[in-house]
Amino acid sequence: MNMEINLQRRKALKTGGGVGLLALFGALGLLQSGVALAEWNKTAFSAKTMDDALNALGVIVPENGAASIQLSVPEIAENGSVVPVTVASTLADVEQITIFVDKNPNVLAANFTLPTGTEAYITTRVKMGQTANVIALVKAGGKFYRTSKEVKVTAGGCGG
Amino acid sequence: MGNPMKIRAAVKDGVTEVKILMQHEMETGLRKEADGTLVPAWFITEVKAQYQGRTVLETQFGQSVSKNPYLLFRFKGGAAGEKITVSWVDNKGDTRSDEVSIAG
Repeated sequence: MNMEINLQRRKALKTGGGVGLLALFGALGLLQSGVALAEWNKTAFSAKTMDDALNALGVIVPENGAASIQLSVPEIAENGSVVPVTVASTLADVEQITIFVDKNPNVLAANFTLPTGTEAYITTRVKMGQTANVIALVKAGGKFYRTSKEVKVTAGGCGG
Repeated sequence: MGNPMKIRAAVKDGVTEVKILMQHEMETGLRKEADGTLVPAWFITEVKAQYQGRTVLETQFGQSVSKNPYLLFRFKGGAAGEKITVSWVDNKGDTRSDEVSIAG
């Protein structure tokens, strides 16, 4: 509920108070660093199912990435609130790496855009509410590849 | 203004490895207090890393990213003493930007 209010507030700021906000960011020197101008994909990050998330990201049917994506996750996570995930790929021209947890309330965890020169190697940490599949999606040369691994969670990390 | 990040960047064999530890609660909006009230969602939505003013990583986070988010990435290039700048923004519009020099 509160999240909705905040998002509406953001939207209002972006549209109604856009000029003021830009001036404010300019004053803070943030325009220089460029943050806050890229559009956060609300539809994709609110998706409850993998299909919805993939649709929102514009993914048609990803190819099997089992051989070309190296997804490192623990087999068993004693603490679901901090599960390390590393995604690497041997594919050429990797443009994007995306991490999903298929049984979390919001399946999309993180999306990385890699400019030319940035290597296909990302580590982060995610929360997992229960035993689930961690899914890595890699976009390389305009094509999508997907692989997944199950992580057994003995204590969930999403609270409530 | 959010709390400062811990950033380490080091160059080896022509590749710079950057490790970032942000300080943020990353509330999902689904967690309840003991009295049953819902804790509002509060999480970093975007992180951007720049090397000498050029973007080297653009990140979008959702609620599933752990509290105090950690990121590791690598890019080609970089030299000792050059600057890496990391900035984030959260769903409440709060921001934080920190800079570090690449270690040799």
